Amino acid sequence: MEDRESYLKSERAQQWRVDLRNKIKNKERTHLVRVKMNEVDANMRIQSYVEVNSGLSIDQAQNEAKRCLDCVNPTCITGCPVEINIPKFIKRIEQGNFLEAAKVLKETSSLPAVCGRVCPQEKQCEANCFYTQKLKKTPVAIGYLERFAADYERESGQISIPDIKSTNGVKVGCIGSGPAGLTFAGEMAKKGYDVTVFEALHEIGGVLKYGIPEFRLPNHIVDVEIDALKKMGVQFETNFIVGKTASIEDLKEEGFQAFFTGSGAGLPRFMGIPGENYIGILSSNEYLTRINLMHAAEQDTDTPVVSGKNVMVIGGGNTAMDSVRTAKRLGAERAMIVYRRSMDEMPARKEEIHHAQEEGIEFMTRTNPIEYLADDKGRVNRVKVQKMELGEPDGSGRRRPIPIEGDEEIIEVDTVVVSVGVSPNPIVPDSLPELKTTQWGTIEVDKDMLQSSIPEMFAGGDIVRGGATVILAMGDGRKAAQAMHKYLNHK
Amino acid sequence: MKNYPKYSMYKIIDKTFFSDNVVKMEVEAPRIAKARRAGHFVIVKIGEKGERFPLTIAGADRVKGTITLVVQTVGVSSRKLAALEVGAYITDLVGPLGQATHIENKGTILACGGGVGVAPLLPIVEAYKKAGNRVITVIAARTKDLIILEEQIKEFSDELIVMTDDGSHGKKGLITEGMEAAIAKEKIDEAMIIGPAIMMKFAALTTKKHHIPTLASLNTIMVDGTGMCGACRITVGGKTKFVCVDGPEFDAHQVDFDEMLLRLNGYKDIEKAAERKYLEENN
Repeated sequence: MEDRESYLKSERAQQWRVDLRNKIKNKERTHLVRVKMNEVDANMRIQSYVEVNSGLSIDQAQNEAKRCLDCVNPTCITGCPVEINIPKFIKRIEQGNFLEAAKVLKETSSLPAVCGRVCPQEKQCEANCFYTQKLKKTPVAIGYLERFAADYERESGQISIPDIKSTNGVKVGCIGSGPAGLTFAGEMAKKGYDVTVFEALHEIGGVLKYGIPEFRLPNHIVDVEIDALKKMGVQFETNFIVGKTASIEDLKEEGFQAFFTGSGAGLPRFMGIPGENYIGILSSNEYLTRINLMHAAEQDTDTPVVSGKNVMVIGGGNTAMDSVRTAKRLGAERAMIVYRRSMDEMPARKEEIHHAQEEGIEFMTRTNPIEYLADDKGRVNRVKVQKMELGEPDGSGRRRPIPIEGDEEIIEVDTVVVSVGVSPNPIVPDSLPELKTTQWGTIEVDKDMLQSSIPEMFAGGDIVRGGATVILAMGDGRKAAQAMHKYLNHK
Repeated sequence: MKNYPKYSMYKIIDKTFFSDNVVKMEVEAPRIAKARRAGHFVIVKIGEKGERFPLTIAGADRVKGTITLVVQTVGVSSRKLAALEVGAYITDLVGPLGQATHIENKGTILACGGGVGVAPLLPIVEAYKKAGNRVITVIAARTKDLIILEEQIKEFSDELIVMTDDGSHGKKGLITEGMEAAIAKEKIDEAMIIGPAIMMKFAALTTKKHHIPTLASLNTIMVDGTGMCGACRITVGGKTKFVCVDGPEFDAHQVDFDEMLLRLNGYKDIEKAAERKYLEENN
């Protein structure tokens, strides 16, 4: 920690930053108004998969960057799971040196354009911003600025590749190419390791590709970040399921010395209510995979998808929002969220809920499905829902939903998307009987090292956390890389 | 230390037509050939814009590094695969997936295969035989030309009963009639059934009547095949199970075959329309 503090201090003391700080008085800075993200009009955007947020202009970004006070004690950084040097990149934007700003992001984040789009900044860096904490004002738009810098760099065509230590010839394997795996791979490549990423699907990117829709995170942006990793020497093997296609033992024989498992979530949860396996009831994973990864909505692809005029999505998380907004784009006239608590408890990001509302999504809160009904072909056509009231807070800290007996309703539907969570993917744990897992099926790891009960196996992301965010997975990838590096050096 | 090609290329090295609609392909996939066991399947994708679909592995040659797939053309994707010539490459192939068949010496096994279900049945029959079981096999199809792998199945079966709907080969009748004949003759310890869902439903009813423990290998719609999407879910003994990771084999007497039949038809209209369009464009 000492090291980090003195590093941040010396960076802050650099002349260019001192000059910037002296240019405008803090009081003036705090009077500036937070920038608004430019958005595509709701009626336009539901006609296509165009990205909803369209980014900041150079002027907007520089004005917003001026709001940052370049604090002595930058609390924002402590809110960031990958510890981006936030004031440093923001001050580069204020200075007009956007490519340098992007370089700063890449010091610690392998996927800045992704983070700038999907991180819950309002709960992380921005929640710890001086403006939020001390001034009770809207925080610096750190997320928007991050996206700006990453986008600027990508569009400039001058993408920087981080400095890489000369190769040490040590082979390490990474299981899964989602945010945890990609971050791990990037960090290890920087340290000079020979990294191979094994991906079960035919495309690299994991949940970033199959789970998050184009209107929130375009696939081509993920591809640019993957290309950067390839340029850093990371190798990718698609259609490769570690534990099935080859065992860990096989890979050890092929020279791999250590592994990181970021195999993510699998097994969608269902509620176990009558009729749940009728045709037309899909998990959000299936629905989103068909659309995002398999491009089922495009005319010239072979993968089919059903999505009717009345689509009900069960759940209140980001994935539920992604699903219901996808349904709207697939032509649903009525796209509904059914959530058993109230808007206040909804786990999705406020921004995504807001976007969904703008797009005409119906929110049925304090409502829970209790039975599905079908036509004579077994295709779902109605849902029986139960109204709920909220009791005292439960173990999750949220108010517990209680059914209001007798208050039920039948709603007509053509498609139902169930988005009530996922369990960890069982393939890696199943293939390694000596690997310790928790009662929830997640891999048990040491909290600081992310090392499992098999010393050469590290793990992070949803396979450890059960179900979390892109940025927490990335934080794990980074932490595991540092720990594995230490482990391999002392072995 | 075996050196595998860095990027797997799934080259078709042999192709034989069993009938107009059924083709056997031998495909280069050295890692899968080594890792697969009886009962495993793969997910295949043809072309950049193809869909992912499951196929059971009908056999493997570890030395040559190849696996055998048997494909019945029932839609666009299977037609695209069947149209690939020797020397061509399958775009994506991943596996082996699912739980392997639990093979041990159980006594007398009644192995039942309908249509192309005989292909995945073959490695299971072979494994049961090699584990010391007495194996009685019943294979069935609509007509003579659709009976596949008869000689190969015969090699590992103590007894083989062939049934055709029209009586053009073997005995005339449904698979269940062949099963009844075998059950009448001797005590069966366990049955295994693989074939079209409707056939498995009635085959399961037959063994249930005689209290014979029975496994059925299910072939449902899948997308990823690794437990992520849940498209393959079915009800077994009142509980939702995922065929791709929990299966593909389940206690046949607990499987809700009616629900499975409905779910298999979930995309039928879209698929039929796509197939018509494909045939128009490719004829």
